[in-house]
Amino acid sequence: MHIKNILSLVTYLPAAAAVLLLLFPRRSEGAIKSFAFLASVTTFLLSLPLFFQFDAANGGMQFEEWAPWIEGGLIKHHLGIDGISLFLILLTTFLTPLAILSSWRAVSQRVKPFMMCMLFLETGMIGVFCALDLVLFYVFWEVMLIPMYFLIGVWGGERRVYAAVKFILYTMVGSLLMLVAILYLFHLNGGTSFDYLEIAGNLARGSIRIQFGEEFWLFMAFLLAFAIKVPLFPFHTWLPDAHVEAPTAGSVILAGVLLKMGTYGLLRFCLPLFPSAAVVVAPYLSVLALVGIVYGALVAMVQPDLKKLVAYSSVSHMGLVVLGIFAFTQSGLQGLQGSMLQMLNHGLSTGALFLLVGMMYERRHSRLIADFGGVAHVNPVLAALFLVVTLSSIGLPGLNGFVGEVLILVGTFLSSPVFAAIAASGMILGAVYMLWMYQRVFLGTISHEENRKMKDLCAREKLLLLPILLVMLWIGVYSAPFLRKMEASLQLVQQRVHNAHAPGGGYRLGQSRANTDLAGATK
Amino acid sequence: MNLDNLDYFAILPQIILVLAGMFILLLEPFTPRARKGQQGQIAVFASFLAAFALSFQHPGTPHATFYGMFLVDSFSWIFQWLFFVITGISALVAIPFNERESINRGEYYALLLFACSGMSLMAASGDLILTFLGIEILSIATYILAGFKRSDARANESSLKYFLLGSFATAFLLYGIALIYGSTGTTNYAAIRAVTGLQGTPSLTLMIGLGMLLVGFGFKLAMVPFHAWAPDVYEGAPTAVTAFMIVGPKAAGFAALIRVLVQALPTPDASLVPVLKNEWATILWAAAILTMTVGNIVATLQSNIKRMLAYSAIAHAGYILVGIVANSAASYRAVIFYIIVYTAMNLGALSIVLSLSRQGDRRVNVEDYAGMGKSQPLPAALLSLFLISLAGIPLTGGFVGKFYLFSAAIHEGYVGLAIVGVLNSVLSVYYYFRLMVFMYMKEPQGTEIDAIPLTTLAAIAIAAISVLWAGIFPTWLLNLASRSILPLQ
Repeated sequence: MHIKNILSLVTYLPAAAAVLLLLFPRRSEGAIKSFAFLASVTTFLLSLPLFFQFDAANGGMQFEEWAPWIEGGLIKHHLGIDGISLFLILLTTFLTPLAILSSWRAVSQRVKPFMMCMLFLETGMIGVFCALDLVLFYVFWEVMLIPMYFLIGVWGGERRVYAAVKFILYTMVGSLLMLVAILYLFHLNGGTSFDYLEIAGNLARGSIRIQFGEEFWLFMAFLLAFAIKVPLFPFHTWLPDAHVEAPTAGSVILAGVLLKMGTYGLLRFCLPLFPSAAVVVAPYLSVLALVGIVYGALVAMVQPDLKKLVAYSSVSHMGLVVLGIFAFTQSGLQGLQGSMLQMLNHGLSTGALFLLVGMMYERRHSRLIADFGGVAHVNPVLAALFLVVTLSSIGLPGLNGFVGEVLILVGTFLSSPVFAAIAASGMILGAVYMLWMYQRVFLGTISHEENRKMKDLCAREKLLLLPILLVMLWIGVYSAPFLRKMEASLQLVQQRVHNAHAPGGGYRLGQSRANTDLAGATK
Repeated sequence: MNLDNLDYFAILPQIILVLAGMFILLLEPFTPRARKGQQGQIAVFASFLAAFALSFQHPGTPHATFYGMFLVDSFSWIFQWLFFVITGISALVAIPFNERESINRGEYYALLLFACSGMSLMAASGDLILTFLGIEILSIATYILAGFKRSDARANESSLKYFLLGSFATAFLLYGIALIYGSTGTTNYAAIRAVTGLQGTPSLTLMIGLGMLLVGFGFKLAMVPFHAWAPDVYEGAPTAVTAFMIVGPKAAGFAALIRVLVQALPTPDASLVPVLKNEWATILWAAAILTMTVGNIVATLQSNIKRMLAYSAIAHAGYILVGIVANSAASYRAVIFYIIVYTAMNLGALSIVLSLSRQGDRRVNVEDYAGMGKSQPLPAALLSLFLISLAGIPLTGGFVGKFYLFSAAIHEGYVGLAIVGVLNSVLSVYYYFRLMVFMYMKEPQGTEIDAIPLTTLAAIAIAAISVLWAGIFPTWLLNLASRSILPLQ
């Protein structure tokens, strides 16, 4: 079955559904929720052919669509996906229905605008991942901020306004400087097109004359936008506020998908467009990523609030992803593949953690670890599922987290064993704070009488978590179909980085002998 | 004297406006107090008629009439269109507002029409004398409009302040024109260009004259550091007048400034007097940065919405100046596009503010908008749209405008200017979104708000559709802007 313009369909279906929601009377909340859920499920089903019809051997763009948008093609509506964007789109379409389902009971105020925000958000996120025109990309990137801003600010917790404003200001600083970089790139390219493939091709062929200084600053402008989004230490301070104050569905989407837009940007724009600058900056970024890994883990350890703990664990985990991206292994794709897979894993496990914390909050109206204790006695199902997710998050073999983390560590080790050692210790810290938290919340005796009345998971909540757990298991046991489809595209990125001549880029070359030795050993 | 050169058809729109204004004044003594609204309807109709008359002109073939004083070309054509729409909408939304404020008198609408004729003369002028006349016709009408609510002390203050500082600026303009005339022997733009071209290095008199001209324009356009009058005047004037003043005179001022800069000064291509050109650029470069930054920083501190929009208008003038500094075909096109979008979003936002305010211009603080998203969902959503556009978020005209402005600046090598511009946009997000915080993230205060009159709502809807249209399908408007700058090249 071949659907024409399937990418447009997947991208704009949620937005169309959001507009249709306007027709619903404000009072019929059940119908609004069902319609929104149905729309997001349909989007997910429509996105499945992307996975099955995707040609793993082709590292270039597939399902491409092209239409002139502004001034007869100066700015184009150009969509397409490769092995990098495919999985992020699937992650988006997979998590959105679950996030909507999770708000069935939690959101009782202004249901219609909430669902509209969720659906517009989905369109924005999918658009970011498949836009191939720099302006179109920027439009999706920015437009998506508005529904997220409202989700945090209207349906959030006590300090929601502060969190929402902080979120939008932080992201705007980065993205507007990226806009300047996009415009600069456009004029470097002769002022004829914003097309990503054209500009990337011209840069790779050297038909755009670019000084290293220019490349460096362009790289930095893009990097700032993405580093804030990831968030890379020290740009992470917006994240704990936004995560904690956002409603459960917002946190799931924020952690599950939004953060990946940053790492996606690094893979899609920073590396292929400005490889020489990337090679020069890589060691510094790796250090920042390592600081993030350890710092995030240490701060997570002392959080009294469950949501804040998960938020800081994101800083730690996303640091690992960045580390893998900038490992730049000479041979083998371990670093990039691990990062790519870890993006999905983090989306799944952190998404699930936020869902679970949200469920506990609905029962107890508290997220403080101290308010729980011995919950496993009254809620065995909740405790069991929470344990699986916890184990996935800390990378237990057999679950998804393990595969990604090991690949990243191998990749990092090949280029810098010291970095790998520090990263590994960060992961041990990760196991410490997650398991310690689990112990305090679920094990031991019931310390609070209110907890005896906590109801176990209902059918809807089980249904909600089941798909995530299944995918976790699938990736953990048999990750080959995922890795295979991303391989060719990542190969292209890696080649581009290796082919670039970097002034003063001797950082990796000095260790090349060690690399080849080790690469040989692993094969 | 050869009278063939007097093309009355070219100034037919102006004739219509002025005659309609006089007609309103004649009618005024015979109109009962309860039916003053029809005076406003006459003004709306007159603007419509003027636009209709304009549409018969063929701007494709630029020509000068009235001995080079009045230029008929696509540049003046698009600006006149814009002014007629502004005047029509301003009159339309003013009718219910003036009734509520019990200042519904015919003079209001007559002055609006006179101001409009002044604005259109500014855009079409090819001679410093006519530019000056246009500015004065516009200014004197707006001085009175600003103080139209005689019983209100703030309106009186606003009017007097505007009058005193405006006269000061006028003096600068006039003295500058005199010096230019003294140095070149002419006030005609094309002639000035020709003479200065022949003279080679510009004389000191000419330089001082041009500098004074720029100071005069700086006052009229509220460029920093000549902006101090603007917030007080905009805040004190009746909101309907503020809406008109924030968009109309500013657009007209830019039209006149562009004409002077591009048509009266030698072009860099001819490179006859490059010194002059570069110095203009440096001065305007500094003015653009100051105007953007000061406007935005001070706007973040405001809690009165009218005052906030006044400072934001200053900041937007700074963005437009970025385009003028870049000084290329692409940048002037972006300027025209931005002025049109600027008009739509400010007129829309202020129309909502004036409809929601209470008698005596109360309820114009951000706190008064708390919970409006719940109690007044439609106006809140529309106001949010205008605010998002003012902040320059994509899919609105505000974004496309800034995109092209900064693109042109970067193309001409002003990367620093573009960076200052986008950082200013971040600042502006703070205060525009702050209003949205109050509308959607705070609980209502409990005061009932009157429903917005249908005519006003129609005007707001036009503005909203324009903002979205310019944001999602901007090609048509961009092409129009391209055509309008052809006579400048």
